[in-house]
Amino acid sequence: MAERHVRVESLVGLHSRPAAEFVKAAAAAPMEVTIGRFAEVPVNAKSILGVLALDARQGEQLRLCAEGDGADEVLESLATLFTEPNA
Amino acid sequence: MRCWSRSRPSSRSRMREFTGTGVSPGVGVGRVRVMTGSVPVPPAEPFTGDRVAETARALAALEEVARELESRATAVGGEAHDVLSAQALMARDPDLAGEVTVGVSAGLSAARAVYESFGFYRELLGGSGAYISARVADLDDVRDRTVARLMAFAVPGVPETDERYVLITQDLSPADLALLDPAQCVAFVTEEGGPIGHTAILARAMGIPAIVACAGALEVPDGAYVLADGASGTLVLEPDPARVERARAAEKARAEAVGSATGPGRTKDGHPVPLLANVGGPADIEPALRNGAEGVGLFRSEYLFLDEAVPPSEEQQIAAYRAVLEAFPRVVVRVLDAGADKPLSFLPPAAVEPNPALGERGLRLLRRHPEVLKGQLKALARAAEGLPADRLRVMAPMVTDAEEARVFTRACRDVGIQQAGIMIEVPAAAVRAHDIAEEVDFFSLGTNDLAQYVFAVDRQVSSLTRLQNPWRPALLDLMAHAARAATEAGKGCGVCGEAAADPVMACVLAGLGVTSLSMSSPSLPLVRAALAAHTYAECQEAARAARAARTAGDARAAARAALPALETLGL
Repeated sequence: MAERHVRVESLVGLHSRPAAEFVKAAAAAPMEVTIGRFAEVPVNAKSILGVLALDARQGEQLRLCAEGDGADEVLESLATLFTEPNA
Repeated sequence: MRCWSRSRPSSRSRMREFTGTGVSPGVGVGRVRVMTGSVPVPPAEPFTGDRVAETARALAALEEVARELESRATAVGGEAHDVLSAQALMARDPDLAGEVTVGVSAGLSAARAVYESFGFYRELLGGSGAYISARVADLDDVRDRTVARLMAFAVPGVPETDERYVLITQDLSPADLALLDPAQCVAFVTEEGGPIGHTAILARAMGIPAIVACAGALEVPDGAYVLADGASGTLVLEPDPARVERARAAEKARAEAVGSATGPGRTKDGHPVPLLANVGGPADIEPALRNGAEGVGLFRSEYLFLDEAVPPSEEQQIAAYRAVLEAFPRVVVRVLDAGADKPLSFLPPAAVEPNPALGERGLRLLRRHPEVLKGQLKALARAAEGLPADRLRVMAPMVTDAEEARVFTRACRDVGIQQAGIMIEVPAAAVRAHDIAEEVDFFSLGTNDLAQYVFAVDRQVSSLTRLQNPWRPALLDLMAHAARAATEAGKGCGVCGEAAADPVMACVLAGLGVTSLSMSSPSLPLVRAALAAHTYAECQEAARAARAARTAGDARAAARAALPALETLGL
């Protein structure tokens, strides 16, 4: 199980364009990817509705998880989406 | 906006005409298509057919909807594109597909399973923050499209037909509007909305005749034959041939007047009112020149940087400014106007704000980030090097009082910018315009935001756009007051809001003492023609008459009555 911790930098939180871009990138991954808060049940990162329902705001810490071949690389590239606060 | 009717002198009185606000001139005649968003709720009775096939049917409908939304997204740009691609993602959501599959296996029909699955997510999202609640409408739209497909109902939204039609609807989202084909939709009429909403701005840009805030329009039955006049704001039910002929002749007269009005903006008797363009980026330069803009009255500099995580480099900025400065003899640049509906990631406010429109935005935000303001002013000064001294004028958004104006003017002078001005968007700045006139070289009235703050109506609340009407006398009074303060101090006072794009309002603004008008380029020719057809005294009389009225509708009617040549322009 690979894991990455990310901080939501975008001003609008994980919504709108940042959410759509994240989900599109996750959907392209050849494995299951989840995203969520630390003490909560994570959601399917490929589900825009699940991601929107997280309602993650700017400054929140989230955990990305994936399992299988290339999981590390997948999470690495997904994590880069969070370092650019393209509000 | 009151709706009134003219009964025919026959025994049966019947609604023949509806009046709204004309926001995009032109005449459309054709059969009505009423766009309603109502798709029936699929019945919950148990499904007894082949469940595997039914699941496949449900998933195929979702995929078709996703594809349709995607192809429409690629056809449009800007905000509408983002909305449509997000909706396509919703239709393709794997978790949603899972819910639907479970629903059909449990004995629901495809349509009912889709309906219930969307309902589940609707609950989930509806309880979240304001931003997401706004997405619920987008989600409902995807649900309705899919259910309509599965139940063989007409898909809600913009009609797909080969005939020319007049669209009548409650309101029109940018996403819907972007899909209208001007060759088919000859006009559209909305029962709600207002003259400065997205709908009006986009309609003008697309050249589709449009009427908004037209009470009672939805009573017109689908398929009825109507005439919609986007100049006068009149919707006529079953017009006789003479009526259609008159409207067409007026439209032709207008086209001729527009074609013959060239050169700098001025009244019939030569009172100059420079006509300028609102520009958001390099792509807007060519249309502005083509429509005879005498300069740029509003260069929205933040549009260059909306997607940047870091402030743009000085070189990037200089190149962007230089392109505009070289194209026009006068250019008013608004420094970064971030915050509220235009967040910039490298200019965060101090805290999360419950009311961003009343928070750190415009100059307030730049005072929190003085290095960004200084960097931008430096880049502007460098971009203007070697050009005539009065070519570049710089203004600050969201200025509240003379002290703020002084701070900004000093910052401009420090880097050698000669012409420093402010936008008047805050009512306090308009009320005390006399104080501010001593601190700056010019004003520019930002009518959209000024209306927002004067009427205490958030620009983004579409159900209240009727309250944002720039014809409301309170706004006319404030603009008159600010223009007078500028005149007495020997300074210029322009307008750079959507109000300037209305040819009737443009004459009134000139009469109020406004010294230049800046608008989106497609609106320039008609405004030029309207000014050229009236004397300065007529404009002043129209302004006086409008201010003497008590409602927006009466103000516009009074102004029209004082501007006799509008008739010949088909306005």
